[in-house]
Amino acid sequence: MENNAKFLTETALRISGVNPRKCMKCGKCSGTCPNYDAMEYHPHQFVAMVEKGQIEKLMQSKSIYLCLSCMACVERCPRGVEPGKLVEAVRLMQIRQQDKNHKGARDIPEFADESVPQQLLMAAMRKYRK
Amino acid sequence: MQKIGVFVCWCGSNIAATVDVEAVAEAVKNEPGVVFSANYQYMCSAAGQKLIQDAIHEHHLTGIVVCSCSPRMHEATFRKTAESAGLNPYMVEIANIREQCSWIHKDKEEATAKAIVLAKAAISKLRNDTPLQAGTSAVTKRCLVIGGGIAGIQTALDVADAGYEVDIVEQRPTIGGRMAQLDKTFPTLDCAACILTPKMVEASQNEKINIISYAKVEKVSGFVGSFKATIRKKARFVDETKCTGCSLCTTKCPSRKGKNEFNMNLDNRGAIYIPFAQAIPNVAVIDPEQCIKLKTGKCGLCEKVCSAGAINYKQEDELIEREYGAIVVATGFKPIDPSPLNEFGYADNADVVTSLEFERLMNAAGPTKGTLLRPSDGKHPKTIVFIQCVGSRCEENTKRGKPYCSKICCMYTAKHAMLVREKYPDTDVHVFYIDVRTPGKNFDEFYRRAAEQYGVDYIKGMVGKVAKEGDKLMVQGSDLINNEQVHIAADMVVLATAIEPDPTARSIGTMLTASMDTNDFFTEAHPKLRPVESPTAGIFLSGVAQGPKDIPETVAQAGAAASKVIGLLAKDHLVTNPCVAQSNELMCNGCSQCEKVCPYGAITYVEKEVRGPGVREVRRVAQVNPAVCQGCGACTVTCPSGAMDLKGFSNKQILAEVDAICRW
Ligand SMILES: Cc1cc2nc3c(=O)[nH]c(=O)nc-3n(C[C@H](O)[C@H](O)[C@H](O)COP(=O)(O)OP(=O)(O)OC[C@H]3O[C@@H](n4cnc5c(N)ncnc54)[C@H](O)[C@@H]3O)c2cc1C
Ligand code: SF4
Ligand code: SF4
Ligand code: SF4
Ligand code: SF4
Repeated sequence: MENNAKFLTETALRISGVNPRKCMKCGKCSGTCPNYDAMEYHPHQFVAMVEKGQIEKLMQSKSIYLCLSCMACVERCPRGVEPGKLVEAVRLMQIRQQDKNHKGARDIPEFADESVPQQLLMAAMRKYRK
Repeated sequence: MQKIGVFVCWCGSNIAATVDVEAVAEAVKNEPGVVFSANYQYMCSAAGQKLIQDAIHEHHLTGIVVCSCSPRMHEATFRKTAESAGLNPYMVEIANIREQCSWIHKDKEEATAKAIVLAKAAISKLRNDTPLQAGTSAVTKRCLVIGGGIAGIQTALDVADAGYEVDIVEQRPTIGGRMAQLDKTFPTLDCAACILTPKMVEASQNEKINIISYAKVEKVSGFVGSFKATIRKKARFVDETKCTGCSLCTTKCPSRKGKNEFNMNLDNRGAIYIPFAQAIPNVAVIDPEQCIKLKTGKCGLCEKVCSAGAINYKQEDELIEREYGAIVVATGFKPIDPSPLNEFGYADNADVVTSLEFERLMNAAGPTKGTLLRPSDGKHPKTIVFIQCVGSRCEENTKRGKPYCSKICCMYTAKHAMLVREKYPDTDVHVFYIDVRTPGKNFDEFYRRAAEQYGVDYIKGMVGKVAKEGDKLMVQGSDLINNEQVHIAADMVVLATAIEPDPTARSIGTMLTASMDTNDFFTEAHPKLRPVESPTAGIFLSGVAQGPKDIPETVAQAGAAASKVIGLLAKDHLVTNPCVAQSNELMCNGCSQCEKVCPYGAITYVEKEVRGPGVREVRRVAQVNPAVCQGCGACTVTCPSGAMDLKGFSNKQILAEVDAICRW
């Protein structure tokens, strides 16, 4: 794997916490996915492609926005692989590099004034802590 | 003073590559008591053993230390070697310098130093060893088989064939197990009943075999060669000696709400019933939960119609106590309940069935008389989807299912698919699979026949959802080869559900102190070399109780278990282990701590006159039954007075070892 691909793979694995080697290639996730037909790459392919280091292809694909984040695949996977979390991680990686405006958890307080609802803060903390 | 010989084994390169064996032999040469030391390539070989024997003769050794592999491997070998050279076999100590040294270390210097210490510890222990005499215990020449499936039946037949008595204890009203519920059997497609029922009859007619059905083993005590079991034979409210099996009562009984377990609850049976036509024993049984007479006192119809006068509403459970030399566990399996895997919709749709239910739906003696009709509306299904690996091969410790492959479902699914296509060629059959696992003689050919000759549509992928739509079941799954998601409107869905041990297995394991794995399958004494023995002496394993397997494998294992049982029962006496606990009456204060920790119930207390220097009184003291004690040592560490000691592993011996290690 060339260096960039390796870096991207490691990032995807770190953000998602997923270990694609656990996948037994049963296809249950893709049998479950309610938005399968709209997606170019399907949940089991996310797992396989991340394992093979093909993250860039995934980042360029519309599939990362078509995933409904329903996490049905995560719930059903017999091996506890959690493909939906990988989709989410690749999506985050794509969004963060687009405008290079990724904020860390430490940056959040400076946006927090009275007009920002508490829930939003909590949600942001949860999401961007990674 | 003892004369000790030390023998350091290379174990080829297993030890010698990491431990400087010559240095070890050299280092112990001047230890107190040691008069001889040597090293050799393979101590366990004939030449190695001769080396030991020659040294015993030449140097008049009183004890030997062998520095080699784990005592589990060759302690028995070297004891025999010593014994045939005239030494007491318990004057042999093993220093494990392989599993506990060479295999786990990389640095040669460190490993050598550790090997020397282990050798010195063994020498110190040996200096405190005393010759021990093994006793003998008698062997009761009768075998208990728990579970009357094909495994239990086959083991019983083979043991009886050798001339020994066998009792089969079966929890259900009939023997036969799961195989009796099957329709046809792979890989030859002969009907299960046709090949099983002759064996059941053979068992019932064999003079040496006693079938105790509708019963359970309640208690087991004792040890290899002389177990004592208490068996509860449940009241069936029918006199077994009188009932002729005419089944007239079963047709007249007005209570029809009992679920027919034999047909996987797909239809109902009377309160009085015979599980199936060829049941053994062919005797009716009354289900007290359903019987109107037993619940309200009214009815009594069966008694009136029974011309043999076999009905007895007052019958009570019977307790049977018997002694056995060997016990065989053949408790088999059940399919898991797939309801928690709600994507398959098993709990909500009558037409989603398990494979065992499907066997009954295809069986001529089943609820539909062998015509395949779906349970919801009795219509003939035109499209059937089979799903493999339901609840098998899941991540460990998750609610998704079992971590193991259930081994039989690929084959029986191919069988089901083929049988359907054969009987109803107008039916579309789809099989979702992750892998098709069909190793075994003529097995893969069998599966290929399903695909190639019978046109069964095998889809590489898994089902994510089964949902009812009108009178169809919409099956959504992946087809990984075509890279698409498929949607099939099915009339019936069959789940190849994982199998798990019988729910009673755990309690049987505890009763027998026979070890089990985390999935409640019984563990074998060695996964490769002792596959039909439990680590607990005298307990043998037969059939699916030990792990998933099909009928050919079950029968082979059942025969193997029988041969081990016969080998045991053929002996008149067993040599007992002399390394058992012993209590020093002078030190014992009768506190009862040891009795509580003894897992084998070997300790009792007696009122006894105790005499010693300055003591002469009647006291309560502990006594160990050496035939029951297994030498586990739990009592010795529990005894607050230090009165309990284990022969061959006395506190003095162990401390001598510890001292030798600490001196390092
Ligand atoms: C749907 C399906 C289809 C199959 N088709 C085939 C096939 O075509 N060909 C093939 O080779 N194999 C097939 N098999 C596998 C076959 O059923 C098993 O290999 C076989 O039944 C194993 O026999 P067993 O005696 O070990 O266990 P079981 O058949 O389960 O028998 C165990 C017996 O022990 C009794 N028992 C359990 N616990 C106790 C207790 N505590 N006290 C007293 N009694 C107890 C039970 O009541 C039962 O009678 C199929 C299995 C399934 C589920
Ligand atoms: S469900 Fe899990 S194991 Fe199966 S293909 Fe998807 S990620 Fe892999
Ligand atoms: S989380 Fe995304 S990929 Fe997973 S099932 Fe839902 S839509 Fe499909
Ligand atoms: S007495 Fe009980 S078992 Fe007999 S016929 Fe009546 S309900 Fe049935
Ligand atoms: S035997 Fe086949 S269907 Fe059964 S668990 Fe194993 S792979 Fe799955």
